[in-house]
Amino acid sequence: MLDFMSLLRESASTFARDIDHLIAWVAILGGFWWLIAEGVLVWLIVKFRHKEGVRAQYITGEKKEEMKWIHWPHNLILLCDVAIIIMAINVWYNVKQKLPPADDTIRVIGQQWSWRFVHSGKDGILGTPDDVETVEDLHVQVGKTYHFKLETTDVLHNFSVPVFRLKQDSIPGRVITGWFKPTMTGTFDIQCAEMCGIGHGIMMGRIHVQTPEEYDQWLSTQQKVAQSH
Amino acid sequence: MQTPVATGRSVTGIPTGRLAVWWVIGSEIVIFGGLLMYYIMLRNKYDYWAESSAHTATMAGALNTFILLTSSLFIVLAHYYAEKKDHLKSFKYIWMTIAGGLGFLVVKSIEWTNEIMSGYTITSELFWSFYYTAAGIHAVHVIAGMVIMGIISFDVLQKKNMHRVELIGIYWHFVDIVWIFLFPLLYIAK
Amino acid sequence: MSFWQKYVFSVDHKVIGMQYLLTGILMGVIGAYMSYVFRMQLAFPGKEVPFFGLVTAAEYNALITNHGSIMIFWFAMPVLIAAFGNFLIPLMIGADDMVFPRINRLSYQIFLLSAVILIVSFFVPGGGFGGAWTAYPPLSAKAEYNLTPWGSSLWLLAVALEFVAFLLGGINFITTLMNSRAKGMKYLDIPIVLWMIVIASILFMASVGPLIAGAIMLLFDQLIGTGFFDPSRGGDPVLWQHLFWFFGHPEVYVVLLPAMGIVAEVMTTFSRKKLFAYKTVLFTTIATGVLSFFVWAHHQFIAGIDPRMANIFTVTTVLISIPIAEMLFVYIATLYGGSIRFTTAMLFALAFLATFLIGGVTGIFLGASGADIYFHDTYFVIAHFHYTFVPIAVIAVFAGIYYWFPKMFGRFMNETLGKIHFWGTFLPFNTIFLPLFFTGAAGDHRRIFTYANFPQLATPGLQDLRIIATVSVVILICFQFLFFWNFFYSMFRGAKAGKNPWNANTLEWVAPSPPPHGNFDVFPEVYRGPYEFSVPGRAQDFWPQNEKA
Repeated sequence: MLDFMSLLRESASTFARDIDHLIAWVAILGGFWWLIAEGVLVWLIVKFRHKEGVRAQYITGEKKEEMKWIHWPHNLILLCDVAIIIMAINVWYNVKQKLPPADDTIRVIGQQWSWRFVHSGKDGILGTPDDVETVEDLHVQVGKTYHFKLETTDVLHNFSVPVFRLKQDSIPGRVITGWFKPTMTGTFDIQCAEMCGIGHGIMMGRIHVQTPEEYDQWLSTQQKVAQSH
Repeated sequence: MQTPVATGRSVTGIPTGRLAVWWVIGSEIVIFGGLLMYYIMLRNKYDYWAESSAHTATMAGALNTFILLTSSLFIVLAHYYAEKKDHLKSFKYIWMTIAGGLGFLVVKSIEWTNEIMSGYTITSELFWSFYYTAAGIHAVHVIAGMVIMGIISFDVLQKKNMHRVELIGIYWHFVDIVWIFLFPLLYIAK
Repeated sequence: MSFWQKYVFSVDHKVIGMQYLLTGILMGVIGAYMSYVFRMQLAFPGKEVPFFGLVTAAEYNALITNHGSIMIFWFAMPVLIAAFGNFLIPLMIGADDMVFPRINRLSYQIFLLSAVILIVSFFVPGGGFGGAWTAYPPLSAKAEYNLTPWGSSLWLLAVALEFVAFLLGGINFITTLMNSRAKGMKYLDIPIVLWMIVIASILFMASVGPLIAGAIMLLFDQLIGTGFFDPSRGGDPVLWQHLFWFFGHPEVYVVLLPAMGIVAEVMTTFSRKKLFAYKTVLFTTIATGVLSFFVWAHHQFIAGIDPRMANIFTVTTVLISIPIAEMLFVYIATLYGGSIRFTTAMLFALAFLATFLIGGVTGIFLGASGADIYFHDTYFVIAHFHYTFVPIAVIAVFAGIYYWFPKMFGRFMNETLGKIHFWGTFLPFNTIFLPLFFTGAAGDHRRIFTYANFPQLATPGLQDLRIIATVSVVILICFQFLFFWNFFYSMFRGAKAGKNPWNANTLEWVAPSPPPHGNFDVFPEVYRGPYEFSVPGRAQDFWPQNEKA
């Protein structure tokens, strides 16, 4: 199970682990039935290959004792399905429906073909003069809960941060709110995961998850830049 | 081309032509259904559409409803006489139905001319986009029905393919029913 | 009859089926060529691609968009439904033709027109449409966003015309099956493949309507400047997604069902077995069809729909695994107690089951909303649906072609070449798409013409996987030349086949090979179901449907 996890990106947000566990459970339950089905298929192919003088059996598959070979696996799969549904909805509820209180809020604006980010600055409030706007680079602090306000100025985009297991379409005319809480410092990719035109392939961004000290230092350099203008 | 044997078989007991017309209507229902569903959803969302729809000519719509319903009666009569092998009367009533369709289109064009003169075009507002698109697709169906009826009428005159009067009748009723949905949605709901 | 009457403007269902087959395969070759070009770009970004040249971002988008559109609408649909449906329905129900032969011809002509329009869309100013096969507005609606003013409208027009062609064809199929069956053929005597094709036609008819309305609205948005999907004018771009996927998901089953049907015919014949639980197959097919109308929003979990809605669609989506699993189990169970002959057709049929299982299982990751947040629009999705569509549109189609080739042309295809072709298709297919599960799990997202801008993805390890996939594409394509040679050579020079070379039961094997216009010398009468193989107490291990007791 842990080996399987290493196939995915490193998980750098609180809900990334939940999603990874869900993926692992689906892999286990689905993989189990897949192995059984493939195993039976191969076994039957080998066992019942044509041999001289051996005739095939006449089986309608409509008798009860024949159908039980279908019905039992089938009922067990239903159980697995229910388990997967419960786990999936549970994870979904935590990631997309619940909105924990925010420590800070950022605006994320998609446009053909770049990302703009508005950080709330020192006062922690968006829409004030000390807001810091950047293109392509998003700076956040590790361990803080963020709300993002996702907008677009033209077509659909998708704000995707694979290490956070975060993905959300932006829609013109709407502001979509979501959240994340980074758990690991580092610099990671931001992707646009919705076809947005010719430059879709180069619409990239970087998210810098920093310690509070690093973040403050970055913020002060940004504000000096702003003042010097 | 000689008629294939397949065409003559009728395992279900329903004549093949009638069966096919019902399937055509089934596929048409989902087309109009999708369009009208979208319209109704937006209509519920935007109260201000009531103001736009106040500018539609309800009387013209009502007149057209009356014309279409009357023409449906004519095609019923055409079918009735086709069954009775009275091809001349059937021919007459088919053409009265076509005249009904023509009347419908005349009223429609006068109405549209007025709307466009008053500045309500297909691009002026989303309500008008629906108004012209839905009614326009319906009008295309009316025209198609008239053309087919014209073709069938001359067959009838030669006492050929008399069963097709029933088929076009089913289709014409369907066109009628679509209008019965469009009329309240576009004209009456204010 | 002149050549034109016989082969071009024919109303014979077999000729029309062949026209659909060859046009579909030709379009499939074009689609495969496109995949070759963009896979080369992904493996060796920025390098010149042999037989194409440098790939620009705009060309890349146009290639992937049209690869998807072509493979679904101009390859899978025409070959699986139209070609096999046309060829098989009248033959297998013991009729001489479709009930509306001229509408049938019209259907093909509209389809051909749509294919031509699609090809033309590549050579207009601005180039082909590049907004993905899903054509989400506002990107698809406004030329200022997609920069393909002509390409996007021609693409949409082509898709709409293709829909019309298949509606006409579908009505023909359904009425023919209902009304023109041979004397004695009851509903439960109909071969599964015909049920599948007809249920698929009904699914198509019931799901495509809203999208036709949507296509008209989108076309008006593009050409006249209406705002049906423009949020600044009151429209809703997400509604297009609903219209698209309300069609788009049942569409998966529209192509899956005929493939399952073909596999059923091939498997029963070459294992000399009765189909396990015929009625169960039929009912699960209908259940799948009905359920497929209630799962569409799983394509839109993170598209900005109400998050509560995602829960409902997770339940329906995961539950569709029940009838599909049941169907696959029944197919596997059919092999039990059989006497399996490994002909090329049978190899392809068995490979269909083995690979489609992978496609089915990986679908659960995407149907479970929580997991989909990560996998949405990654290569995991691509690998998943290619593990459904390639078994459907390529592997099952090959099974069908090798199986019915003797009936189509009165000659056998070469079995040795066929088996080489089988392994040359089956193995590279797996080495294309298994690596893509891993790149997807590592975060590779779709529709990206170069990963150079994403440092986490531009690693040598991931690039190696991309190169393996690309090389496998090239190998797979090379082996298809063998198939084409086999196909056209055997058409004229293959070993002669009799009426019933595989000792099968269904009615098409009663007609001469190839059947003349009109199909049967004497119209057959039906006395039993289609899968009475190895009935105890009979000398022969098969029992044709038309043979008196």
